[in-house]
Amino acid sequence: MKLRLAATWAVCFGLLLAAGAALLLMLDASFGPLDRETFRRLLSASLATLSFLVAIACGASGFLAGWLIRTYFASTRRLTESTRLIAGGNPSHRIEAEGPAEWHELAGAINVLAAKHEGILRDVEARVGEARLDLDQERTRLAALMSELSQSVVVCNVEGRILLYNERARQVFSGLEDEAGGPASSYIGLGRSLYTLLDRDLVSHALEQLRQRFAKGETWPVVVFMATIRTGRLVRAQLAPVAGVDGHGTAPGGELAGFVLLLEDIGEAVARAERRDRLLQRYTEDARAALASVRAAVENLVNYPEMDVARRRQFTGIISEEADRLTGELERTAREYSEHVIGEWLPEQIRAIDLIDVMRRRIAGRVGLPTRTGEIDASVWVSADSFIMVQAVCFLAHRLKYECRVREVAFAVGAAGRHAQFSLTWTGARLSSSTVHSWDGSALVTGGESSALTFREVLNRHHGEAWYEFDPASSRSSFRLLLPLAEPEKAAASVPAHPSRPEYYDFDLFHQPGQTTELDDRLLKDLTYTVFDTETTGLEPSAGDEIIAIGAVRVVNARLLSGEVFDQLVDPRRPLQPASMKIHGIRPEMLQGQPAIERVLPAFHKFCEDTVLVGHNAAFDMRFLRLKEEALGVRFAHPVLDTLLLSALLHENLASHQLEAIAGRFGVNTAGRHTAVGDAIMTGEVFLRMIPLLSERGIATLAQARDACERTYYARLRY
Amino acid sequence: MKQRVLIADDEPNIVISLEFLMEKNGYEIRTVANGDEALRVAREFRPHLLLLDIMLPLRNGFEVCQVIRESPELNPVKIIMLTAKGRETEVAKGLALGADAYITKPFATRELLEAVKRLLGP
Repeated sequence: MKLRLAATWAVCFGLLLAAGAALLLMLDASFGPLDRETFRRLLSASLATLSFLVAIACGASGFLAGWLIRTYFASTRRLTESTRLIAGGNPSHRIEAEGPAEWHELAGAINVLAAKHEGILRDVEARVGEARLDLDQERTRLAALMSELSQSVVVCNVEGRILLYNERARQVFSGLEDEAGGPASSYIGLGRSLYTLLDRDLVSHALEQLRQRFAKGETWPVVVFMATIRTGRLVRAQLAPVAGVDGHGTAPGGELAGFVLLLEDIGEAVARAERRDRLLQRYTEDARAALASVRAAVENLVNYPEMDVARRRQFTGIISEEADRLTGELERTAREYSEHVIGEWLPEQIRAIDLIDVMRRRIAGRVGLPTRTGEIDASVWVSADSFIMVQAVCFLAHRLKYECRVREVAFAVGAAGRHAQFSLTWTGARLSSSTVHSWDGSALVTGGESSALTFREVLNRHHGEAWYEFDPASSRSSFRLLLPLAEPEKAAASVPAHPSRPEYYDFDLFHQPGQTTELDDRLLKDLTYTVFDTETTGLEPSAGDEIIAIGAVRVVNARLLSGEVFDQLVDPRRPLQPASMKIHGIRPEMLQGQPAIERVLPAFHKFCEDTVLVGHNAAFDMRFLRLKEEALGVRFAHPVLDTLLLSALLHENLASHQLEAIAGRFGVNTAGRHTAVGDAIMTGEVFLRMIPLLSERGIATLAQARDACERTYYARLRY
Repeated sequence: MKQRVLIADDEPNIVISLEFLMEKNGYEIRTVANGDEALRVAREFRPHLLLLDIMLPLRNGFEVCQVIRESPELNPVKIIMLTAKGRETEVAKGLALGADAYITKPFATRELLEAVKRLLGP
């Protein structure tokens, strides 16, 4: 362009010169000999002046042309890029006017257009947002529901990519890094391959069975298998099909869209069953042996009555001894059994004080009997089905109010051995023992509400007991209720460690083809990325500078998953440079006790498995990673995209391609800068906004993006 | 001549009854309380029948049974396993290792005597 403009200028100027020369020649020809002489003398006398004038004209027009190029040409380009940015990336961007007044007018007009465009976009976004709200609510509800399940749920597409998992699944698979001694980070993740967690052949075999059963006409087959997952835990897995995404049920022999895997960590259950089994077996054998001795002795006594007294005494001695042994054994077994069994099947562990709170509110609402609290030990936890237990106590309150005319009841609770003792105490109204016994066998009826269980059955189910006491001195009556104590630790463990995180699902991945095939032809928007950043002790890895932090976040299906992050400080085993501390804000004491790179890098490698790496100025970070590859036996052969290069490609004429400047251009929030993970998230946000702009430029696939990066000027820089 | 019966059990209370019962029925009795002794005494006492418990110290009843069946010298002895291990799998194992009968404790003395007589003849 510039060349063409310069050439045009040169041609114009040349033509002008030629026209001047021709004019002179024509003048010269039109004169008579005398005049021509005079004309030529005149001309030669003013030749210097003429040349000077020509030179001035040449310079002036050249300057004019240069000014035109600078003003009109360059600002046209800037105007174009800014307009493209508005159209494709950041509709909030506005053009800063420069150059002549016409340009100001044009910029103003474009800005007006931009404002209208932005308004329309916002409007469309709002409508799309409204339309998606219902769907999102459904999804969030599903995620919340899943997070409450005590079973682990993993949903995969047919290639084994994880589309959805719940908190339990995360827990089941999270033992990996602990046992490997690496830093804590979870390896289950959306868009990742299930086969890094579970043996591929095993799952393939189960899927094959599923297909066969479809072929036989089963509509909803489930395949059950046992597996040892890579953390070494034993799980029982149920594999069920996911029907075609078009919503129609999967026809017999039809294609699977994916599968649901329910995992149950049966390690604990197996151990418990084994304990119970051992207990039972030991008891059976001991009982058999003792009974054999008793029976043989008795039968000898019966069958040989003629035996002498000493013999007789010996046999009766055996019988009594074996009976004692049998009794002792029975007691020991019963005790051990109750220790192992109580609390295992009871559904809840609840704080006694909370249970009482529920009981009191229920009694106030349903029975209308005033209650208060007496001595309450807040540290007591019980194993109870709180729903039924509250019903049972309501039933008691109902009887006390209507049969015994009790006006107020006080609740108290305390620990008593291996049980919690609840007391309901009132004054006056002494109960007869027959009244109390009649309650035992009554179904739990409170007002309109009734249960199939009797009060006694509820107690038995809880391994609990209840009785009535009367204290004549104070004329106070108490109903005592014993329930098994629960361990607070056990109780805490039954609560999920994390609240539900709606990012645990991404059904759009159903459409995602396997990444094992060539990535190059895949669209940028469909790929799974690990966007990462490192902080280092300095800028020279070859001079011994080391990584001190790695932060990364995953982008799946054009969504940044802030829940799936890798955030790890690294002990560099060398001092930090004061200059670099100003940038990353990491102090030497923060690195004490952090794992070394030998442990962190393999874990990070695992985190990146099967993804495309994205970094800002990624070449810098990659040099640090690659230097460690050989020593640590990992290879970062992932495809790499660099937002710095992509930015330079998109906005060649905009000056700065620093991360912060780019983020500002794209309207990305820059809080949290200069931590590795903060920068990674920012880079990810920027990258996501670049994808549509790249696509406008015809850069849609991974291969195209990589080629474009390579071609970009900045790619030739050496760091 | 009396037929010889060796009782191998480590619970004295059952041994007393068994010994009494067998003597009353005309057998010559020796008793031992562990697996090693059972094999040693079997070699010198030459029993016609061995009443063998499984849960024996030193060498369990399964092992004793197996050693006897592998030894041409001891092999002719009849073996009744008399044990508190009553699972089907354990019965199958005992019979497979060469026991002639497998009686689970607690047993009726009559049942035991019938088995003994069936194996030793009248």
